[in-house]
Amino acid sequence: MAAKIDVTLTVNGVRQKISAAADTPLLWVLREQLKLTGTKFGCGAGQCGACTVHLNGQPVQSCLQTLQDVAGKSITTIEGLSKDSSHPLQKAWVAEQVPQCGYCQSGQIMRAAGLLKETPRPTREQIVEYMSPNICRCGTYARITRAIERAAKELA
Amino acid sequence: MHLQPSQPLQRREFLKRSGLALGFLASPAGLLRVVDAHACGEEGDIDLNAWVHVSNSENTITVKCPTAEMGQGIYTLIPLLIAEELDADWRTIRVEQAPSDKAFINPDHFNVQGVGGSPVARGAQGYWRVVRLAGAQARAILIANAASVWGVATGECTTEPNNVVHAASGRKLSYMQVAKLDDVKLDAPLLTEKDLKPASQWRLLGKDVQRLDVPLKVNGAAKYGIDVQIPGMLYASILRSPVATLPHPLYGDGAENGPLKVDAAATMQIEGVVKVVELPHAVAVVGTDYWATVLGKRALKVEWKQGSLASQYDSEAKKREWAVIAADRSKQGRAIDNTGNFDAAFKSAAQTLSADYVTDHVHHACMEPFNATASMMHDDLELWAPTQGQTWAQQACAKVTGLTEDKIRVHTTFLGGGFGAKTEQLPNAEAAMLSKIMDKTVKVIWSREDDVKHGAYRPLTAQHMNAALSADGKVTGWSHRLVADSVLLRARKDVWDKNPGIDGAVAVGMTQPYGIPNRHHEYVHQLGGVPVGYWNAVGNGFTIFAVESFIDEIAAKLGKDPLQLRIDMLTDAQGRAVLELVRKMSDWNRKREATALGVGYNHGGRWNCQIAVVVEVSVDRVNGTIKVHNVWAAADPGTAIQPRHLRQQLETGIIWGMSSTLRERVTIKAGVVQQSNFSDYPVLRMDEIPAIHIELLQGALGQSSGAGQIGVAPMAPAIANAVQRLTGARVRAMPMLPKQVRMVIAEANAGPTAV
Repeated sequence: MAAKIDVTLTVNGVRQKISAAADTPLLWVLREQLKLTGTKFGCGAGQCGACTVHLNGQPVQSCLQTLQDVAGKSITTIEGLSKDSSHPLQKAWVAEQVPQCGYCQSGQIMRAAGLLKETPRPTREQIVEYMSPNICRCGTYARITRAIERAAKELA
Repeated sequence: MHLQPSQPLQRREFLKRSGLALGFLASPAGLLRVVDAHACGEEGDIDLNAWVHVSNSENTITVKCPTAEMGQGIYTLIPLLIAEELDADWRTIRVEQAPSDKAFINPDHFNVQGVGGSPVARGAQGYWRVVRLAGAQARAILIANAASVWGVATGECTTEPNNVVHAASGRKLSYMQVAKLDDVKLDAPLLTEKDLKPASQWRLLGKDVQRLDVPLKVNGAAKYGIDVQIPGMLYASILRSPVATLPHPLYGDGAENGPLKVDAAATMQIEGVVKVVELPHAVAVVGTDYWATVLGKRALKVEWKQGSLASQYDSEAKKREWAVIAADRSKQGRAIDNTGNFDAAFKSAAQTLSADYVTDHVHHACMEPFNATASMMHDDLELWAPTQGQTWAQQACAKVTGLTEDKIRVHTTFLGGGFGAKTEQLPNAEAAMLSKIMDKTVKVIWSREDDVKHGAYRPLTAQHMNAALSADGKVTGWSHRLVADSVLLRARKDVWDKNPGIDGAVAVGMTQPYGIPNRHHEYVHQLGGVPVGYWNAVGNGFTIFAVESFIDEIAAKLGKDPLQLRIDMLTDAQGRAVLELVRKMSDWNRKREATALGVGYNHGGRWNCQIAVVVEVSVDRVNGTIKVHNVWAAADPGTAIQPRHLRQQLETGIIWGMSSTLRERVTIKAGVVQQSNFSDYPVLRMDEIPAIHIELLQGALGQSSGAGQIGVAPMAPAIANAVQRLTGARVRAMPMLPKQVRMVIAEANAGPTAV
């Protein structure tokens, strides 16, 4: 077991001091220590995308990032995407009634936010390619695509 | 919405209040009876019955949802059904999860509080009937109290949204004003279905509203089982036998695959690990944070018991063995709804046809792995769980703790997928056992690998089909023999024991609707020992694959159009209607370059929802990959309470059907599941989703049905039928992996008949 370390992170704009084993995945630091449970555990192996957050502005799978890796860095979770669900993607997700069980949707939205940062007006093919790391077992894929297109229009 | 789990400090208060809860007993005759009554909380806040709470102070009406929201939309549908009969203003409606309580037992679903069979408030097993009666009764209570204030007869009063109206005098009392009256009388008349609104008077049902749970699911606020946090709680990771082990707590403890010798020395060195606990079936590592328990589990050294029946199970061998049994009529099973005389029809047939189909195990792979949190203190236990079965959870926890069921309180969270998996009770029992041993609140989280390796798999099957055809091209005889393990025997053994050999969850879909005069359906049970369970659409997923593939094989033999043959043979007008519609939608008769269409039909059975699908596929003949380009689906669900949402449910089924047809499979060697995560148990991703076109008929307005599972079953035969029409090769195994597709294409090209 890796030794305990004390690190400072910025999570959703707030500096946080964390003391935990160096190899603790960021996912569990967020969920257990910071009580930010919107970021979900799906596979623990970077295969489903349910745990996607932004690390220094880039979407990453938080189950693959250790506490040591993220020391000093800035993290945004679904809870920090907007204060009041007012991000264009969140509004579009409601307008298109995307979620069913909803478990994967935090990760989907965070991944989509990464896409729109890189490519503000993505084509349908670009959306599909970029979003394919994220699994939705309810199969809400068609509505995810439409919601991203809707949000991209609002941002334009 | 009030979705926070109650904290331990609030628990006594909660018990005190709920002990007085007003409840209904719903009898099979359709009557609802008030069994207790009280008004509670703030002045002007009142429970009209177990389901409906009117708050004058907040100007809201809160509806209790009896079962879990797992994506099927029940948090919106139950309130809608109640609001319709209550004549409520939808804008004031709120939803709240009901506690586990006898008041919410559903006489139309195993007489338990729980969810299965996509009960989007559907007729046969949903709360469709019960909650509308509850809404109507709440309305009757409001009318009676307003009439009493005015000194008029109840018959002179009507309602408009959130108001009781006395038209003759022009007086009105809002529901909130009634709730504020000094002495609200809660006696209610007995109501029956005759007292419910006819469909023609519906104001809310049939019109799309925004789902009540969606806003919570775009900002991380929705609380799933895995999100439950209780101050001071411990975490547990559980090391399990290499052999697939998922005992049902009511019928076994899994000790046959349990630990023999445990070396916990290295585990106990890990900071944060509190204790290593031997359970009958596994070894739990309990700690102060989840990651410590994961590391502790990795460090455990356990020798496992050997020699269980499951440990002798090899899925490839079983497919071969069971295919032989399926074709051997001397191996008798239990007949299901046989009619006429198949043997006579077969003997006098002008020609006959037979075919064998096999299907692999598949797994649910819910995005939220199994988990549960339990807190046992003194002689009562609280469970927070993403469960499809509240009553079953009470029974399971009672069994493993020695408490009585009434001491088990279940708090239902959102479910990150259910699909039948979360009817399973082992995770709940594990949390309960560990809480009892640790004397603390314990949350058990399964790893994805445990979820894949110890699932409640859809049974592996072998099916043997025979048809007798007359000289004038009619199907005169039909035989369908199914060999599989039983879900009921494992998960509802009490039901199985009453009538061994019959399993409606496995054999469902065999009794097809094609009006063939001489039919033989037979289920031959074989015990495998590995866990099998309720998977989306249950037996339909494999029986309809065989039935609908075989109909196409018959059509090919007779030289007939397979879609027209179905229409010609179907006795049900609605079935013919969905087939006619999908023919038009897909432009069935238009020849395509490089692609072909295939059809599949599902009469819906007890789901009461008809569906016909047509798929357009292409096949890469070099690597054997099947690509689905388009899916057209025509469905008749009766009443679509929420049409947009119903389409979503159908889409989910279609995508599940595709995923299990094209790639999902669990293979088992010596009882050990060979897959472990999404890397080797791949499910469909966004880049593989076809264009899906859905149209709805509403043939029987006023009837409700279940649409969540109905789209699954017709996809496999539709895809196989399309592949056959494109390549001449008949795929008779699921999943249709590229290697197998290459093989049947090669065989079809080599010989005159498809293999």
